[in-house]
Amino acid sequence: MIISNGWYDKDYVEKYTTGFDKLKEYVQPFTPEWAYGITTINPNLIRDTAKEMANASPAVIIHPGRHVTWYGDDTQRSRAIAILNALLGSWGRRGGFYLPELKEIPEYPHPPFPPVNKSWRDILGDQYPFAELPLANAIVDGSIPGNLKDFQYRGWIVNGSNLNMTMPDTRKTLEAIQQLELLVVIDTMPMEITGWADVILPECTYLERYDVLRNDHNREPVIALRMPAAEPKYDTKPDWWIAKELAGKMGLGKYFDWKTFDEFLDYKLKRMDSSLEEMKKTGVKKYERQSGDLYFSADNPPVFDTPSGKIELYSSQLEQAGFDPMPRYTPHEEPPEGFYRLIYGRTQSHTFSRTSNNPNLAAIMQENKVWVNPKVAANWQLKEGQEVWLKNQDGSTTNFPARVRITERIRWDSVYIVHGFGHTSSQLTRAFGKGVSDSALITKVLLDPVMGGTGMRGNFVTFLTENPDKEVKA
Amino acid sequence: MREELIISGRMNPMVDPTLNIWHWQIPLYLFLGGVAAGILFFASLYYIMGREKKYPAAIKWAPMITPFLLILGLGALFLDLNHKAFFWQLYLAIRIESPMSWGAWSLLVITPVSVIWSATWLKELLPAWQWKYPFLDELEAFFIKYRLILAWIMLLYAVILGVYTGILLSAFNARPLWNTSILGPLFFASSLSTGAAVIMLMAKSHLERNIFSRIDLMLIGIELFLIVHMFMGFQASTQVQIDAANMFLGGPYTEVFWIFVVFIGLLVPAFLEVLELLGYKIPIVITSTLVLTGGLFLRFIIVYAGQASRYLY
Amino acid sequence: MRFAMAIDTRKCVGCSDCVVACQTENNVPIGYCRDWIVEINDGTYPQLEMEIRSERCNHCTNSPCVRCCPTGASHYDYGGTVLVTPHKCIGCGACIASCPYDARYTHPKGYVDKCTFCIHRVKDGLPPACVAVCPTKCLYFGDTDDPRSEISQVLKKRKYKRLIPEAGTNPNLYFLI
Repeated sequence: MIISNGWYDKDYVEKYTTGFDKLKEYVQPFTPEWAYGITTINPNLIRDTAKEMANASPAVIIHPGRHVTWYGDDTQRSRAIAILNALLGSWGRRGGFYLPELKEIPEYPHPPFPPVNKSWRDILGDQYPFAELPLANAIVDGSIPGNLKDFQYRGWIVNGSNLNMTMPDTRKTLEAIQQLELLVVIDTMPMEITGWADVILPECTYLERYDVLRNDHNREPVIALRMPAAEPKYDTKPDWWIAKELAGKMGLGKYFDWKTFDEFLDYKLKRMDSSLEEMKKTGVKKYERQSGDLYFSADNPPVFDTPSGKIELYSSQLEQAGFDPMPRYTPHEEPPEGFYRLIYGRTQSHTFSRTSNNPNLAAIMQENKVWVNPKVAANWQLKEGQEVWLKNQDGSTTNFPARVRITERIRWDSVYIVHGFGHTSSQLTRAFGKGVSDSALITKVLLDPVMGGTGMRGNFVTFLTENPDKEVKA
Repeated sequence: MREELIISGRMNPMVDPTLNIWHWQIPLYLFLGGVAAGILFFASLYYIMGREKKYPAAIKWAPMITPFLLILGLGALFLDLNHKAFFWQLYLAIRIESPMSWGAWSLLVITPVSVIWSATWLKELLPAWQWKYPFLDELEAFFIKYRLILAWIMLLYAVILGVYTGILLSAFNARPLWNTSILGPLFFASSLSTGAAVIMLMAKSHLERNIFSRIDLMLIGIELFLIVHMFMGFQASTQVQIDAANMFLGGPYTEVFWIFVVFIGLLVPAFLEVLELLGYKIPIVITSTLVLTGGLFLRFIIVYAGQASRYLY
Repeated sequence: MRFAMAIDTRKCVGCSDCVVACQTENNVPIGYCRDWIVEINDGTYPQLEMEIRSERCNHCTNSPCVRCCPTGASHYDYGGTVLVTPHKCIGCGACIASCPYDARYTHPKGYVDKCTFCIHRVKDGLPPACVAVCPTKCLYFGDTDDPRSEISQVLKKRKYKRLIPEAGTNPNLYFLI
């Protein structure tokens, strides 16, 4: 719509992008009517939206949202979104994406780090050429003997993540954990993973400790200090203390050449026109921008991190690596008869699976319900509040039943559950057995070949109105 | 589909999911208070009219049980309080706008009055009765002398108590079912009817029984009229009151209300009373019990259903 | 002075931070609450409308609870707030039954409890706890008698509704729509 009606920012596209002609030709068949067939969104609504965005451009942002790995084609979807932003000229323009700046924080002096002789990159080999971080999934896989040729992960240090519930396919995670020679868990609260740990290092909460300076990309560079508001309760320690003590025991003390964290922070702050004393009073410090204007301008010409230095609507990098240079629509697998796409997400009142046992928050939301469209509920004769078990395409079932919530907020081919419930540890007295865990149902992961993103929306579930436990045991 | 849900986990006990703050204590208290008010109403009325000889059950015998009814009712009321140690705060304030305050003060008057009234007739009931202390004899003589004034006070407070049991509820405009001014007259009529039923039970003479049977028949007629009137009023009112009425017209309270209150508590006794007037011999125990049961059910149903009725949100 | 609160239903995400802040500030026992979230969904997929409201006592100008209270425990206080004096409350439940918003509950200690607009904080010049913690800044608290107050300004600019005004309570929570 935006291209064929000429609603895109012509100057901008001319100045800052390459490959527009190829893109123009490429997108011709993708009309609102074509999109309607897939999304069921009214074509006129698509047209109106496109017009509205074009009218507002460049003060328009198409935000990709959080958690963007869905179907294993996520690089291309994200690229499509980014391209749309480029066509509307919103990168580096007022009202669009500003150019953020990060304050440089000086290092505390330490001897040079020894060279790394093996990294996650070696393990991945040629796969996922655009991965920038190690893949958690690959680590789980790599901990199970026989999965990788020359490597096997033998120990994990898990910091503040309840992997039993955060990783897809709970059964596989448990298998990997059992193969480990060492599992160290650093956390502020006990949860499933701490039960599996060889060593638990109890950490104090963020209200009881210093942390490294907070420093984010912002309009103006800003640093922020986190400082203890109370003494740590019980025998808990800040993570800097844990790191320093461990390093000392391992003979790496020379990399932690300071006595207290105050000293460490103060050293850095003194070199940033501040001091710990000042930051304790103000908490936050703003700096002047060093990198010039907040937006693109004649004095501030954009430099993009691409081979051409421009926005590559047609990506030469992807082409070289053997991928589609322009986003290609890939149809997603549809749920089989009687199954529904499992969509999971977060709730406003809980943080992942970490707060389900918190007394206040458990009182507010103690379980997750399975959202079912009224049409689906009518088909299955499900009633509001009825307990059902879910079974996925691989036969994996939930440990506990979930209550049905009949709502229009979910489409008729999908069901939705909030992540982070269905705790299996009976010691989590408030959370145990309340609701269901999506992780147990996500046995199929769609990996994005470009960067290895773990797409977890390719799982389908059906309802069981009877406890499947009997079935499984029989 | 319109979907309303509270997602904060507001699950305040006795408030969510529907209001459930009042349990058996309140309707029982309303019922007992109502019966007592009915009895005392007839006792004082007929005393003032000088029918002492004609209606001994109404004036002398039935009032004897009212102190017990009232104290039992007060006991139930006290059990309902959640902050019991502070109940005396009721008597540190006169709140004209609060029916609860009116009730508390009325009971403070009518309970002792009922005791005194009963005491003044005690020697007639039990000729052998002797007061333990001489000053009680003097007191008795004093009250017997001023019985008429006592009767007027009793009449006034009996009316207040009888009406109050309904007004207590109708003052709550948050509960559409209760928020109708019919509830005052309806409960008063019901309290007179149940009071008459007790008098019928205790009456020894055919004459007295017969007259109270007639009175009761008339009261049942009034009650039926008021009930119909109440539903007509609801149906012609706002959505919330239509919804309130619908709880009885097809909703969860339909069967229990029409069977236990209207049929068993009003229509059947009315039929029996008519038969009796036509000369058939009907055991009075049956009629009275049915009337009392109906009155009890009426209080329970209205109190419970009213808590389930609410504003659209 | 007339304290009131405006709740921006277009900004509220229903995170319940206000609920937890209130519970911790006012020692509300777990399992009880003085404020809560209501979420209403309307429409048919994909044409949906949603409204989220952070609700609490409306501190009505014509409070049925004050009217019904037999002891004067429920009363009007500083800035028109409706408060309960625990040692005067007998726990009869009349005020609970009288409230069309179901904003009151019986505290486990026996007396009736409800939102106070954190009047103890307000007297110290602080906002109520729920307002202070709201991550989307969707709650406005202030004096509607003062035309310069933030809440007066917001109410001038925005459309709003009040809940169940037909109950005659003259409520002082304004829901910006």
